[in-house]
Amino acid sequence: MEITLWHLLDSLLAILLLGLAWSALSGTDLKRGVVLFMAFGLLLSLIWARLRAPDLALAEAAIGAGLSGALLLLALRDREKSENKAGQPMSLLRLATVLLMLLLAASFALAYVTAVTSNTGGRLAGLAFGNLEQSGVSNPVTAVLLNFRAYDTLLELAVLLAATLGILALGSERRPFRRPGVLLGALVTWISPLLVIVAGYLLWTGAHAPGGAFQAGALLAAAIVMLRLGGMTSEQLPHPLLQGWLLASGIAAFMLAGYLATFHDLAFLQYPAGWAGLLILLIESAAMLSIALSLGLAYLGGSPSGWDERSSRGKRS
Amino acid sequence: MTELLGSLFILASLAFFAAGSIGLLRLPDVHARLHALTKADNLGLGLLVAGACLIGGHLLLALKLLLVWLLVMFASAIAANLIARHAMKDGEES
Repeated sequence: MEITLWHLLDSLLAILLLGLAWSALSGTDLKRGVVLFMAFGLLLSLIWARLRAPDLALAEAAIGAGLSGALLLLALRDREKSENKAGQPMSLLRLATVLLMLLLAASFALAYVTAVTSNTGGRLAGLAFGNLEQSGVSNPVTAVLLNFRAYDTLLELAVLLAATLGILALGSERRPFRRPGVLLGALVTWISPLLVIVAGYLLWTGAHAPGGAFQAGALLAAAIVMLRLGGMTSEQLPHPLLQGWLLASGIAAFMLAGYLATFHDLAFLQYPAGWAGLLILLIESAAMLSIALSLGLAYLGGSPSGWDERSSRGKRS
Repeated sequence: MTELLGSLFILASLAFFAAGSIGLLRLPDVHARLHALTKADNLGLGLLVAGACLIGGHLLLALKLLLVWLLVMFASAIAANLIARHAMKDGEES
């Protein structure tokens, strides 16, 4: 095998990734660890791009590096300043963890080698590519996520909804940030509409190119985070009732599409021929809104102020 | 010819990125580091984008790259300002 410049770059990326992972976990300064973790996410998305998985690269950059980092930084802000040191676990526990991780790494390596070397059985990727024309979209990743294994994606949305309900049960939201200066305000007002446009583009383009509901939803959530940093209060979010509908809309659209198929003597979630493209777009649009609001509520860290009012009103009536 | 010119632009951008990184590591305080980093990043990225536009050779691609450059400049200028102001406030307190 010829060694090219790409090999050099790839090994450099891999070494950097391992180094970043180590330094993010080994230090005791939590803030430093979080920032290093965000850098780790960014580098990981570069590596996904190098592995020709642009869908994953987009998702990792938006969720892994961006939103997770923002959530972790916010969690740090909640703690007392004196507490911002990581506790040192017992050395025996540490040793056990390292051994377990090594075992896990070894089993992953074994699985990879087996997958690459063994020839028995059909590859799922071949099956997916072979049926791409019937899926309604031409982006294989979207075809797999929204059609071939739509059931898994439906359950993923259910998990997301359950997690959001957990967040809403935590109590009321964090205090909003104080109004920022002119400059950050300008950045927020310029960038948030741009984020909405890009999210719409990613949603639309997901049918034939990298993109889709998860990436678009993460971008919309990033817009919520930016607006929050710019001093947005939860009164500026949609009406609580509408929020509830939006949260459930992803699963609702999925289930509706699934059950509609059963009226035509098809299996649950088996899209009728010719309708798959439109159904996938509708489901993805609804899922994008659900995902965006779920992640946004995670950043608010509890139920927005209107929610409590609504529940108390509900009790009275 | 355009490819050669593009490569030259990219090489020049590398020099700016290197200078910025060295500045970030070596300069004494936050403000000096920011100065090194933002200057080098904006100009370095600008040269990189110019080089990539020349090598790419598509108008649409060039416009997209230009947009990336503008957005990064916008964000990095404001981020630098925020960090600098925060550092100044911290300096007053201590």
